[in-house]
Amino acid sequence: MGESVRKPLRLLNVLEAIARPLLLIPVAVVEFVLTPIQKRVGIDKMGYFFVLPNLLIFGIFVLFPMLLNFYYAMTGGTKLFPQDRPFVGLDNFATLFDCEDFLSPNSCQEDLFWRGISNTIQFVVLQVSGIVLFSLVTALVLNRKIVARGFFRSVFFYPVLLSPVVVALIWKWVLQHEGVLNAIVEIFGGESKRWLLDINWAMFWVVFVSVWALMGFYTLILLAGLQSIPPELYEASSIDGANHWQDFRFVTMPLLMPTMFVVLVLSLIRAVQMFDHIFVLTGGGPGTRTQLMVQYIYTTGFSNQIQLFGLSAAASMVLGISLLVLTLLQLRLGNQSSLA
Amino acid sequence: MMGAERISISRFLSLRSGGARINSADALTYLYLTFGTILMFGPVLWLVASSFKTQAGLVKYPPPLLPYQQVQVEVEGFDKALPLFTVTMEDGSSRELAQIRRVGIEARMVDPADPAAGEIKVNIRQREPVEEVKLAWENYLDPLVELENFDFVTYLKNSVVVTTVATAITLVINSMAGFALSKYKFKGRDAIFVLFISTLMIPITVILVPVFLVITSIGWKNNLWGVIIPGAATPTGIFLLRQYMLTIPDELLDAARIDGASEWHIYWRIILPLARPALAVLAIFSVMWRWNDFLWPLIVLSQNDLFTLQVGLNAFQGELQIQWHYVLAMTVVTLLPITLVFAFLQRFITTGIATTGMK
Repeated sequence: MGESVRKPLRLLNVLEAIARPLLLIPVAVVEFVLTPIQKRVGIDKMGYFFVLPNLLIFGIFVLFPMLLNFYYAMTGGTKLFPQDRPFVGLDNFATLFDCEDFLSPNSCQEDLFWRGISNTIQFVVLQVSGIVLFSLVTALVLNRKIVARGFFRSVFFYPVLLSPVVVALIWKWVLQHEGVLNAIVEIFGGESKRWLLDINWAMFWVVFVSVWALMGFYTLILLAGLQSIPPELYEASSIDGANHWQDFRFVTMPLLMPTMFVVLVLSLIRAVQMFDHIFVLTGGGPGTRTQLMVQYIYTTGFSNQIQLFGLSAAASMVLGISLLVLTLLQLRLGNQSSLA
Repeated sequence: MMGAERISISRFLSLRSGGARINSADALTYLYLTFGTILMFGPVLWLVASSFKTQAGLVKYPPPLLPYQQVQVEVEGFDKALPLFTVTMEDGSSRELAQIRRVGIEARMVDPADPAAGEIKVNIRQREPVEEVKLAWENYLDPLVELENFDFVTYLKNSVVVTTVATAITLVINSMAGFALSKYKFKGRDAIFVLFISTLMIPITVILVPVFLVITSIGWKNNLWGVIIPGAATPTGIFLLRQYMLTIPDELLDAARIDGASEWHIYWRIILPLARPALAVLAIFSVMWRWNDFLWPLIVLSQNDLFTLQVGLNAFQGELQIQWHYVLAMTVVTLLPITLVFAFLQRFITTGIATTGMK
């Protein structure tokens, strides 16, 4: 991390100077309480004490809910508290999977769920390929000998820091009917449109905006991967008379593969969970054109008049299983690619 | 450097060897960068520029680049400032006149230089507003004072509280856990570590309903604690801090123990100061996560006075009649802190992400 940490460290020093006197008493109290305990249990068992606060919060807000989610998925009704909820077995899953034809959401009882899945698959394929393509090209460009590289790197990275709500509002403003995009389109002789209300364009813009917002993050990872390729390899390949395509094909690509794989998996896992940007940008519309799985979970459990927690939990388990499969796939393929 | 240049040249395969190749490759590179800069920054700049336009200025189409407002002039004998127009007179000459009022298609106007000359009647089609570049600061100031359905100050306060408290808690409990998992040998240590890390890929979206139950049972629904606590035990933070603390030599701890330091003392006085770089990375990420957090606060908070900035902004933009002039200004205010943090810590954040691979 080197010299680049100095600035935040200075900032941290200031914060520390403020926090120290405030924390003096609580820290002294903790120490006063702990010293006799340490004498009793010994040094190594103090590890339990240090891990305890984190473990408690983790247990109550992650581990316990994970187990409880199974129970919710098998109960019905609209009450929140488990004791008020009738046990229905696998009914929720039966409802979700009650389809005449799995390829046409209209034939399903929970058509919104299947539309969500089909939209999610579309979105994931488009968004992940967009992210991989553009972040690779951008990383390759940024890795060249260019002036003001730091500036350009920041330019592509900046949107990553913006909140999804802000990103969505920025683009909602650009894309609105009397917006600047339509003005530009008209200058070039095109036809102005209500982009986010157009059934043929909404998905494109949702993908576009999320690629815009997230690609900088993956560009950075790929750039780090590119910069870790030892230059000697290119010298060696040029001695062997390799041309630039061969350089790229036989040196860059194989060495960048592990990083590409990380990018692919990370972007895939995030794409499956996409919600915030789209919810603000289109609200899932027009109709249900851009409604993805997470929005179905949210709507079914929390924003509909009738809150079907069981169905929502069952749907979230389907999402959880898809994430699990992706993660396992990553582990497997990751091992293979590191062996190869 | 040589190598770096070669890799990317390979992209431009269609270009054959010779001196011209480098130039066209460079040209393509800078073309890409220019286009990219416009695409990445343009919309943000457009948002900022638009946020200074008046409500009337925002509905103009095609939209002007800069925020224009009609010039208002003080005219003797009138209490309020009057809007200024350029009027084409019947003889073809044009004059600048201030409008007193409009009746149907007729405007009653007065010459600001010579108000004593009396009213001049003009067809409204013969006048064009005189405009100047002027920033509509009221877009920013109105929400600070009082705006129905959008209590910006409260939202900002809530966001600041959530972000700072959550980051402080995360830093303390994650560093304690990282310390325990890297420096102590106790039964179940590795199992606990694996348990933490295995949830790295399990987002809160998968367990919304049961976490909501837990929050409701504790009485934290519509309470900022309900937003702060569930995400505090971040697996990323534990992983980062544990890995970093592994590099701190055990001898340092043993020396302190010989000097009679308690374990807590070692944690507070030795480990934390030494782990500062990792703590700084986690602090920045935690601030970003919390400031930008949306879905969970949206579920926990249903009371207007508890909204965070993101939830409040979403509710405000979701109204039937979007008041774009306020929405745009408040969006700018929301992105400002993150932009400032980025401007100051840009290199630190980018190297932090490149080395840890987390977001």
